Amino acid sequence: MIMSGVYLDHQSASPVDSRVAEFAGPFLSTGLGNPSSLHSRGLAAKAALEEARAKVADLINAEIPESIIFTAGATEANNLAVRGAALRNPALGKKLLASQIEHISVLNPHKDLKKAGFELDLVSVDSTGIIDLAALERLLGKETVLTSVMYANGEIGTIEPIKEVSALVHEKGNLLHVDAAAAAGKVRIDVQKDNIDLLTISSNDLCGPQGAGALYVKPGVRIQPVIFGGGQEKGLRPGTENLYALAGFGEAARLARLEGAGESERVKAIRDALIREILKIDEAYLTGHPAKRLANHASFRFSRIEGESILLTMDAMFDIQVSTGSACSSRTLEPSHVLLAIGLKHEQAHGSMIMTLGRSNNPDQIPAIAGATKKTVERLRALSPL
Amino acid sequence: MAQIGYSKEVMDHFMNPRNVGVIENPDGYGKVGNPVCGDLMEIFITVKEDKIGDIKFRTFGCGSAIAVSSMVTEMAKGKSLDEALKITRKDVADKLGGLPPQKMHCSNLGADALHAAIKNYWVKIGKIKPEEAGPEESEEGESCGT
Repeated sequence: MIMSGVYLDHQSASPVDSRVAEFAGPFLSTGLGNPSSLHSRGLAAKAALEEARAKVADLINAEIPESIIFTAGATEANNLAVRGAALRNPALGKKLLASQIEHISVLNPHKDLKKAGFELDLVSVDSTGIIDLAALERLLGKETVLTSVMYANGEIGTIEPIKEVSALVHEKGNLLHVDAAAAAGKVRIDVQKDNIDLLTISSNDLCGPQGAGALYVKPGVRIQPVIFGGGQEKGLRPGTENLYALAGFGEAARLARLEGAGESERVKAIRDALIREILKIDEAYLTGHPAKRLANHASFRFSRIEGESILLTMDAMFDIQVSTGSACSSRTLEPSHVLLAIGLKHEQAHGSMIMTLGRSNNPDQIPAIAGATKKTVERLRALSPL
Repeated sequence: MAQIGYSKEVMDHFMNPRNVGVIENPDGYGKVGNPVCGDLMEIFITVKEDKIGDIKFRTFGCGSAIAVSSMVTEMAKGKSLDEALKITRKDVADKLGGLPPQKMHCSNLGADALHAAIKNYWVKIGKIKPEEAGPEESEEGESCGT
């Protein structure tokens, strides 16, 4: 299926980079063995797996490749980080902290641990989505076993002050988990410099294949598995490795390490122009931080209209694919917890639109995107009684 | 195979909504829903010989909310008030080729808005007392999306 139009939902799914597809393709069909097998084909598979591990480790400047635990995606890595660290370290305490705007794959395992006797506090954010460091400091204690604060938020693009968070957590609490699924490849991440204990990465956010992710576990930090089986991934994520996806993940990480900064600069120029143009629309507002935001991320809300209608109109009328945090488009019909956390009222959160740029976007698309957004907003406002 | 996304009919009514707008000094007016829940619709009617003459709507809401409003105006136009009052939420959804299950309640308020407009007219002409118009069949006060 060939897609035309303008794709602006890279946060949800990124097309796999053609060089990654070319690199990983042969792993589907060349008959490599199981990386756990001792014969030659198994060893060849193991070598490919370890090469991928080294590339991912390099992207975040991990101490050693072995600190990378491969998973089937960021959701799994987040569950492994939260459950794995909390349950493995009872001596460190039974209190948990997470920012209010964590991804649900971080929030939900945290909430679930309450059943196991843990106490959870959520740390508030300001109206731009930046974590309240004073509140974090107040809530941290010696018995806080794990604190989860994301590197950057996928819905509003805000980049968190991870260095400051890390300093506080290590001064007053214990382990720090950082979900970098949205940030990796777009922001230069250094787990040693930022002193991060656990860090989540997603392959597809780097234009690698879906179905692959990783949890970085700082050497010396102990976690336990959430699923049980054989001894793969040091016993922390058993199951035969998805070699094709992981080889592609590794190559995507290598390319992101090389090209991430330049690509971020390129899309930022397009993104900035889009924000400038779209904010000319009456009662259009940027959500998230105006400056401390992911280079490819533009998120808005429009008064008096609803986000799912925006998404459908942009798609059906202009062949432009965007995302929304509107309740009406979610499975649960709950408004986005992120938009509520930054202080939006329900009726404001309903009018959200998220554009996330990627390699397929270029400056020539700016007028069409801005024009389509304006016409979409006008069309829906003409229908609206508000 | 499970239906993916909205039906063709929903997308048609969403993209080309019928009877959009406002009637100045309508004979009947109904408004249901709540912007907090993400759906608010209003319907205006004129009545001629106990039949719906003109009918218009305006809706704030998702794709199905707009399609439902458009469809219910089309279904009600020209019908007697008694007949129009018999149009149910399910009738509208069926006519649209079905709605995703999670949209059946929150966005399917078109029939309610129509009924409210008819009762508003009957109150005006003294056919029923205001209290007989019943509570506005809106989601207000209920939790959203249930």
